[in-house]
Amino acid sequence: MTRNQSGTGFMACMACLVLGCASASPAAPAKDSCVECHSNMEGALRAPVTDYANDVHSRHGFSCADCHGGDRNADDPEGAMSPAKGFKGHITRAAVPALCAHCHSDATLMHRFKPQQRVDQLALYLTSVHGKRLAAGDTAVANCVDCHSVHNIREVKDPLSPVYPLKLPETCARCHANAVHMAPYKIESNQFAEYRTSVHWEALSKRGDLSAPNCASCHGNHGATPPQVASAAEVCGTCHVLFEEMYNKSPHQPAFAAMGAGGCTICHGNHGIRKPGIAMLAGAGSVCGQCHDATSAGGAAATQMAGLLTKLDNALTQSDAILNRARDSGMEVSEPILRQMEGREALVKARVAMHAFQAAAVAKPVAEGLAVAADTRRAGERALQDRNGRRVGLALSLVTILVTMAGLWMAIRSLESKAPAVPKPAGR
Amino acid sequence: MASALRPKGLGWLDERLGLSALREFTAHKTVPLHSATVWYYFGGITLFLFTIQVLTGVLLLLYYRPSPTEAYESVQFIMTRVQFGWLVRSIHSWSANLMILTAFIHMFSVVFLHSYRRPREVTWLSGLVLLGLALGFGFSGYLLPWNKVSYFATKVGTDMAATVPVAGHQVARFLRGGADVGGATLTRFFGFHVAVLPGLTTLLLVVHLGLVQRHGMSSPPWSEGRKLDQMRFFPNFFLRELMAWYAALAVLGSLAALFPWELGEKADPFAPAPAGIRPEWYFLAPFYTLKLIPSHVWRIEGELLGLMGFALLAAWWVLLPFWASDSRGTLRTRWVTGAGVALMAYLVTFSLLGYFR
Amino acid sequence: MEQERRSVIRWLLGGGFAASIASFLYPAIKFIDPPDMPEAPVNEVSGGKTQDLKPNTGKIVKFGSQPALLVRVSDTEWRAYSAVCRHLNCTVQYNDARRQIWCACHNGFYDLNGKVVSGPPPGPLEEYSVKVRGEEVVISRRA
Repeated sequence: MTRNQSGTGFMACMACLVLGCASASPAAPAKDSCVECHSNMEGALRAPVTDYANDVHSRHGFSCADCHGGDRNADDPEGAMSPAKGFKGHITRAAVPALCAHCHSDATLMHRFKPQQRVDQLALYLTSVHGKRLAAGDTAVANCVDCHSVHNIREVKDPLSPVYPLKLPETCARCHANAVHMAPYKIESNQFAEYRTSVHWEALSKRGDLSAPNCASCHGNHGATPPQVASAAEVCGTCHVLFEEMYNKSPHQPAFAAMGAGGCTICHGNHGIRKPGIAMLAGAGSVCGQCHDATSAGGAAATQMAGLLTKLDNALTQSDAILNRARDSGMEVSEPILRQMEGREALVKARVAMHAFQAAAVAKPVAEGLAVAADTRRAGERALQDRNGRRVGLALSLVTILVTMAGLWMAIRSLESKAPAVPKPAGR
Repeated sequence: MASALRPKGLGWLDERLGLSALREFTAHKTVPLHSATVWYYFGGITLFLFTIQVLTGVLLLLYYRPSPTEAYESVQFIMTRVQFGWLVRSIHSWSANLMILTAFIHMFSVVFLHSYRRPREVTWLSGLVLLGLALGFGFSGYLLPWNKVSYFATKVGTDMAATVPVAGHQVARFLRGGADVGGATLTRFFGFHVAVLPGLTTLLLVVHLGLVQRHGMSSPPWSEGRKLDQMRFFPNFFLRELMAWYAALAVLGSLAALFPWELGEKADPFAPAPAGIRPEWYFLAPFYTLKLIPSHVWRIEGELLGLMGFALLAAWWVLLPFWASDSRGTLRTRWVTGAGVALMAYLVTFSLLGYFR
Repeated sequence: MEQERRSVIRWLLGGGFAASIASFLYPAIKFIDPPDMPEAPVNEVSGGKTQDLKPNTGKIVKFGSQPALLVRVSDTEWRAYSAVCRHLNCTVQYNDARRQIWCACHNGFYDLNGKVVSGPPPGPLEEYSVKVRGEEVVISRRA
């Protein structure tokens, strides 16, 4: 491994730093006096060495000196940690983003290690609330190491990384759920608690569905900013495409836009999004009822749609019950039970169609679903009829068997009254 | 006997088949009457249930397909589309279990009535072979519906065969038709179940039943000295036996109609074994015993020790008639009865434990 | 009296015996009579006639108890897949503009090999084989 170690000035050593980065290669472990000395120390001076074993940078041959400056080949502390050799010591919070970006915004450099890796993280960060505030001198906001950790930085796809999808919410919550920390910014700190009650968190944590959204999915990660009120539907629509399409065509879109309100989040919330239900449409505590009077056109539409959805849900529940009864009595109803899936899908389609906010749109999938429910209900009833038929058949055959047994019994009695079953031995 | 029944027809047959010799023989067959006579029915019931198995089995053969892509579907077809398919299949499954139960009862009644003693040793041996064949029928038949439970039960069973020293792997390979349980196993088990085992069973049955007729019904040892009353087999005992067979039919029909045998889920060799896999009840006792044995005992693999133990137990049991009498010919009745009770207690307890644990 | 008793016994025994045999034979005879649909149709289904589907369109076909998606890619190329989305089991559909398979529930896309292109599905769609016999399209499970 070649290292350009010429120069004594700070600038020269900065060049050294740059060239060091440029020429670093994942070769055999080279001399690293930083590690040698610090691994013999205690406590906070030793911790970085033990941590660094897990760091992705160490795998690629980077050393302490690549970020902190200094000379990794010098055995004496003065030489190793010489400011003349570019040693920076502890990196200040404000200086962190620029330091990381030194390599991570260098496309040519990153191309050597990970061609697909983005190089715009710093640019994005500077557009974020965190970046702007840090640039203005507020060091209480998040910088790179607050989220990615330091000295033991793992790749995002590593489940132990603080920014792994499952762990990201906790990482954000370190500050954002801390009321004391957020108070000066006048930002609420209940988002994490709310998010933990949501279906998205349930998908992530219970089902392990990594495609479910976490904080960064909606807010961005490096360019973290809350979505603008106007764009809430677009953000939700990155996954929930059909809903966005229907909503944008519906009367709610211009109405909410005029009010300056936030699209999907008006009815569904933002962080604590729960599983939606028919109760949101009509009845006491309904979401629609919060704006629409029951006698108004909107209120009437809501009641109608709720009625349609309830009808289909009830029909499916009923045929479920009949099929389960049939199945529990031992009848083979696996096909109708699977057909029920189609009915449930129709209900899902109807609930999607609801977002056009017109009863006619909902009526079509509901009708399809009702047809399926009727079919499966008939199948269940047929199965129960078959079951009863079997029992009648059993009773009949039992009758014939019992009659035969009675006949046998009487035949035995009659035989033995005349000729004993036990022949008396002759001549005894 | 009512003599008005078909005299002419019988005479024609008699002249050609020699039926009157049969009539002579059956007229003399008797059954001793004592407190335990009721146990004499169980051999006949087992035979009757075997006949039911053959008949329902042949019917099922008309629709069953022994390949992994079609076996489960063909059983589902039988259960849902074929008229009374549910009845034939459920009777076949229930009768299989009842037959093994009555076979065990029959064996234990022979033990406690000491019918194995001289000159009936070969009858005992052939009976035990028949019991083994019945268990073989159960094991091979269980795989045929190709559902999750049966696939994994077969896997566990053949894995156990592989632990036998020296020949274990060959035996397992022979059973499985290859290295793993798969389509080859299904085809092979089907062949065993419908051809090999029925053939062997028929042969053994001829031997077993022939010997029973030759030696007549045995009387229990405590009756030696006194002359027991003897009931004519034909028609008196036989009519009673018919009643017992009809009762068995009533039980089978009720079980099939009220508790139809379930289909289960289709086997998926790539899915992990479902929790709580266990074999059918008649294999539960050895299965649970093996679970209890630690994985290694003094450097011998636990499973191997268990199987060796079973082999020794089986050998000892097979040779029962030979150690049941001492050198002077005196019967060690108490020992045998004790051994019988112990074995029964072990089987019942461990089967229950295996079921509930 | 004796005769009466004898004939009662005869009737009971004979009649009961005959009736019981009939109750055993009746199901057996019905069993042997093959049902209208003699095959268990789970490994092969008909996808309809060739003229029913235009090129670059798809339709849902029942395959056993699950939906399958039949796609006519061109005049001569046909493909079929399990239509159950690998994400949350919604039924997928063919998107002719992108020539990809789309799941409406969470915007998952699969290519014509069944492989995931984008969106949440964690795995590919099982592909079935399609044969054209004369005018009929037949979908079957791959061995």
